[in-house]
Amino acid sequence: MNRAEREHIEIDLLLEAVFRRYGYDFRSYARASIERRTRVFQHTSGCATIAEMIPKVLYDEGFFSQLAQTLSVTVTEMFRDPFFYLSFRENVVPLLKTWPHFKVWHAGCATGEEVYSLAIVLKEEGLLERATLYATDFNDRSLSIAKEGIYDLDSLRKATESYQLAGGKKSFSLYYHAQYDAAAMDAELKKRLTFSNHNLASDHVFGDMQLILCRNVLIYFNRELQNRALGLFTESLVHGGFLCLGSKEELQFSSVRDEYVKLDPKAKIYKRTATP
Amino acid sequence: MSEGDKESSPWRVPSPPRSGTYGAVAIGASAGGLRSLTAILQGLPADFSVPILLAQHLHSTDEGRFADHLSELTSRTVVDAIDKVSIQPRTLYVAPADYHLLVERDGTLALSIDARVNYSRPSIDVLFESAAHVFGPRLIAVILSGASSDGARGMLVVKELGGVGIAEAPKNAEFPLMPQAAIDLAHIEIVLPPDRIAKKLSELCIPAQRALSEPAQHGGSK
Ligand SMILES: C[S@@+](CC[C@H](N)C(=O)[O-])C[C@H]1O[C@@H](n2cnc3c(N)ncnc32)[C@H](O)[C@@H]1O
Repeated sequence: MNRAEREHIEIDLLLEAVFRRYGYDFRSYARASIERRTRVFQHTSGCATIAEMIPKVLYDEGFFSQLAQTLSVTVTEMFRDPFFYLSFRENVVPLLKTWPHFKVWHAGCATGEEVYSLAIVLKEEGLLERATLYATDFNDRSLSIAKEGIYDLDSLRKATESYQLAGGKKSFSLYYHAQYDAAAMDAELKKRLTFSNHNLASDHVFGDMQLILCRNVLIYFNRELQNRALGLFTESLVHGGFLCLGSKEELQFSSVRDEYVKLDPKAKIYKRTATP
Repeated sequence: MSEGDKESSPWRVPSPPRSGTYGAVAIGASAGGLRSLTAILQGLPADFSVPILLAQHLHSTDEGRFADHLSELTSRTVVDAIDKVSIQPRTLYVAPADYHLLVERDGTLALSIDARVNYSRPSIDVLFESAAHVFGPRLIAVILSGASSDGARGMLVVKELGGVGIAEAPKNAEFPLMPQAAIDLAHIEIVLPPDRIAKKLSELCIPAQRALSEPAQHGGSK
């Protein structure tokens, strides 16, 4: 048996140990990415083999929490895919304007950059006051960064171009307050925002939402877990509500595809059909 | 741990199944790679059917234009790689800008927005390593022109797992740094200019392809 085959077994056993010991189920994640991150973690942790990580996971909670941090990809950015926000302004905003109040579920919000981007768009469209935003993730460390809303100043400056490409109407620096190398997002953006822990692999539906965003999360799930998450979204979304996915994510192969029409095939904006 | 589990054990240890042709050709390219890539694609015979996976460093605003451009240069099907879609023969898959391209064991593609590797997304290391873990000795990895050392570590993994490594000859490359880094780290023996890379790929793949597609008519085994 070659090294790759053996490692495959080791990773199966490791993920099984993580699941049975801590309840986090990475067994249904897209495997190639999980394997890569496991190997990266193995090297930084100094373990000679992946198998050597198994007893550590079982007996050392600190070790597990570092591993879980590596396995949950925390990468995100402000106004990623500016064309998505442009399309959102064009295709979703006009309908949101017809509702006196609406609820938004932002699933897999990571460290919050995307939620603040959305809040900025809603504010510029005069909709923020009518919105209640529930941002969730299963990573508590990310959530606490999101809640604080303090980011590296350099990365915010770099996002200025994306903000403008996303149809931004003002000066981006109006939305944060810089101090030394960091900047805090404007308090007004946070007023309509609540952050909480929700695991798409094990938790349940979230309530009557008019808009659900879940971008670049499903790409990390296998088809089965994708269908679970999409089932949750569909149950949580009112008829006529909107679902926004990442630009490389599709409903086409999912079990809920017939429930939606595609509003923008490139920006991956879907609308739940109006009648049950 | 060594691979030496074979020493006289009273129990049978499974050995890997022997399989025919190569499963994929993975190509990594960066600055100056388009010229080399064009030469390779135009040098491949029409019946070359092994799928090709390409990680080319692109600007994040590319939005599929590179794949469109490539498809004008070759009669081969060229597509932007899609997440969870099975790899088909005769097709070249391009890693979309701002996504890593990986391979799953069930023969499907996977995309990810994991952090950049060597300042790059797509990263050639990520593609090579993941393809090596799936295809092992059935992978050919090719590293072309570039001004970075992305791909060198991936190439090392390809070689460690029994795959074939090919590098564009640095003296032919517009930017020699990338192939040179891979040659140094992974001790690549096959170092060629792009047109000869095309020939080499055919030599490696076509006979096995034929053997696979015509076994019945010729009485099966040879
Ligand atoms: C790559 S980030 C995407 C962040 C953001 N939506 C974006 O597009 O920039 C993936 C996020 O999904 C979260 N995630 C992964 N598995 C999850 C699960 N089972 N339940 C909830 N969130 C999850 C991770 O913690 C991470 O914050």
